[in-house]
Amino acid sequence: MSEPTLETVTTSTGRRLRTEEMVVNMGPQHPSTHGVLRLEVVLDGEIVVDVIPHLGYLHRCFEKHCEHMTNYQQVVPYVDRMDYVAAMTNEHAYVVAAEKLLKIEVPERVHYIRIIMAELQRIASHLIAIGTFGIDMGAFTPFLYYFRDRERILDLFEMTCGARLLYNYMWIGGLSHDLPPQFTEKAKEFCTDFKRTMKEVNDLLNYNEIFIKRTANVGVLPKDLAVNYACSGPMLRGSGVDWDLRRDDPYTLYDRFEWNVITGNGEMGSVGDVWDRNMVRQREMAESVRIIEQALASLPEGDVQKAVPKRIRPVPGDAYGRVEGPRGELGFYIVAEDSVTPYRLKARAPAFVNLSVINEISKGAMLADLVAIVGSIDIVLGEVDR
Amino acid sequence: MTAQEIHDLLKERFGDAVTAAKLENVPDPFAVVAADRVRDIALFCRDDERLRFDYLMCLSGVDYKGKFGVTYHLHSLTHRHKFVLKVEVPADAPNVPSVESVWRTADWHEREAFDLYGIVFTGHPDLRRILLPYDWEGHPLRKDYQVPEFYNGMRVPY
Amino acid sequence: MGLLDQRFESSNVVVTTMDKLLNWARLSSLWQMQFGLACCAIEMMAASASHFDMMRFGVIPRATPRQCDVMIVSGTVTLKMASRIKRLYDQMSEPRYVISMGSCANCGGPYWEHGYHVLKGVDRVIPVDVYVPGCPPRPEALIEGLIKLQEKIRNESLAQKKAV
Repeated sequence: MSEPTLETVTTSTGRRLRTEEMVVNMGPQHPSTHGVLRLEVVLDGEIVVDVIPHLGYLHRCFEKHCEHMTNYQQVVPYVDRMDYVAAMTNEHAYVVAAEKLLKIEVPERVHYIRIIMAELQRIASHLIAIGTFGIDMGAFTPFLYYFRDRERILDLFEMTCGARLLYNYMWIGGLSHDLPPQFTEKAKEFCTDFKRTMKEVNDLLNYNEIFIKRTANVGVLPKDLAVNYACSGPMLRGSGVDWDLRRDDPYTLYDRFEWNVITGNGEMGSVGDVWDRNMVRQREMAESVRIIEQALASLPEGDVQKAVPKRIRPVPGDAYGRVEGPRGELGFYIVAEDSVTPYRLKARAPAFVNLSVINEISKGAMLADLVAIVGSIDIVLGEVDR
Repeated sequence: MTAQEIHDLLKERFGDAVTAAKLENVPDPFAVVAADRVRDIALFCRDDERLRFDYLMCLSGVDYKGKFGVTYHLHSLTHRHKFVLKVEVPADAPNVPSVESVWRTADWHEREAFDLYGIVFTGHPDLRRILLPYDWEGHPLRKDYQVPEFYNGMRVPY
Repeated sequence: MGLLDQRFESSNVVVTTMDKLLNWARLSSLWQMQFGLACCAIEMMAASASHFDMMRFGVIPRATPRQCDVMIVSGTVTLKMASRIKRLYDQMSEPRYVISMGSCANCGGPYWEHGYHVLKGVDRVIPVDVYVPGCPPRPEALIEGLIKLQEKIRNESLAQKKAV
């Protein structure tokens, strides 16, 4: 942090005023830091000079716990609690990494159900992201609309595995339950209704004049900086990089479906601004609905627990598995020794990496824009701090 | 490029600095490189036309009991290939050159590895704890770590 | 006036005790501190959003502790956060209440054994009135906890000194 500078300015009335930089703490208790993030903001008047994030207010020792389980499967509930807004995706990433390490082939039906769950979870997560981002920008109604629809996704999860938020649904090699009988019908119904809500919120929020004024040309993240900081997900795509792991490094049979990768195109200002990032999320939900509809239509039959191993003891080695989560590339690096628990498990959390760019993109912005920038990164502190 | 070609290219350019490799029958092919050369190798990996590893996916510290390891998962958005670099350092002098100047994303990953393992990344501009409080003692992901009885007057064990 | 609306033909006099009147007023407008910690905070948000609508109990989220009556500790309290929670609690004006939401805030939850950086229960730093179990508790459970707190307030007396 730089030392406060002292200088004098002359006002329009001829008075000489002494100015100095001011340090303002934003968080850990702040309504728009989406959790317990603390930002130390150095201000010159209203202009942000420097942002120093302080993390760790939710450091729950995830990686230590993984080393002390009695088997590999027991890690899954902890993985859920890492990114609690998108628990299904976390499980997905962990089982993809573990199956890569153990060289397990799972039945097609399992893949299809995982895709349906992961995409529903992506929609649910984006609904929270856009809803709370709307609150940050002063719009409360979209939040209510989106939470109404999110409850319907949670109902679908609940009828599948009994939990609303943290599921413990995906097992290494399979799933804990098959889909219940009415699932397909209810999910199709949801997809139809959800298209209407998306249009409503588009009219209400994303193309709202005030919203555009607050978000266009704010917090612009250039392409090369985004790659150098290894940003991923809507952060990277918002900056115009055409990159999605589902298409470019396919896992779990994503290559069988037809859908588009959404990138930011600077519609309201510059490429990579806050509006673009938000809009990538908004449009991605429509693509997710497309994937779900295709997967539901061609769901193969099979036993979802056929490939579940009785005892998990991998050969020593390591594997890095990754999936495209709602926030970006979610990876798990598992080091296995000759033991029934992971020797080392590192989570490559997308929110952690995306947040590290905050100082670069908020320098020179107004303090009020910092709220927009933090909201557009879509952080989940459980994942940042682990 | 295949893992074998990437390895051969590194071997040709850096010779003995590439000490070991495992390229077949593993989930992710990797090469072990000398710790003191890792920054040069990283720079070469990023800038060489044939490699273009512009995206550092992950940087993880590992405690191998008696020595520490750092694993770099590299990826190229241009050529769409992957490779893994590993370094190992003795536990009594865990110094690894920082790659923060090569990939800015390494900044926080290295701070995390320093925080949880005590691996010192030489040349890092701002190496301080990131997750734990600044007055925390010890590096908790080390295998020999003992949980303290109290922190700031609060009892830590259950 | 909800309950009493349209019940009287002309203006009337209601006789009650001061305690009952004050308690009724206090329990019907429990302002909540807008403060989420972890997974439970998402369920807390869901509880105040469209489906469950906690505002019908007079629970309105406020961003500053000085305007709040109740703090819902929603999630894992880490050692780094504990001193901040203590400070936020101290900044709330009395009478103040605390709902500990979820297993982590109750006792450390799934992190009780190896959580070197997790406080094993928020009651180690601040007093708790209502514990809501669950990991995470459903919004219904949180609302149940809130109603329990309202019951507690209903039976309190501001006129008489509390035994310390």
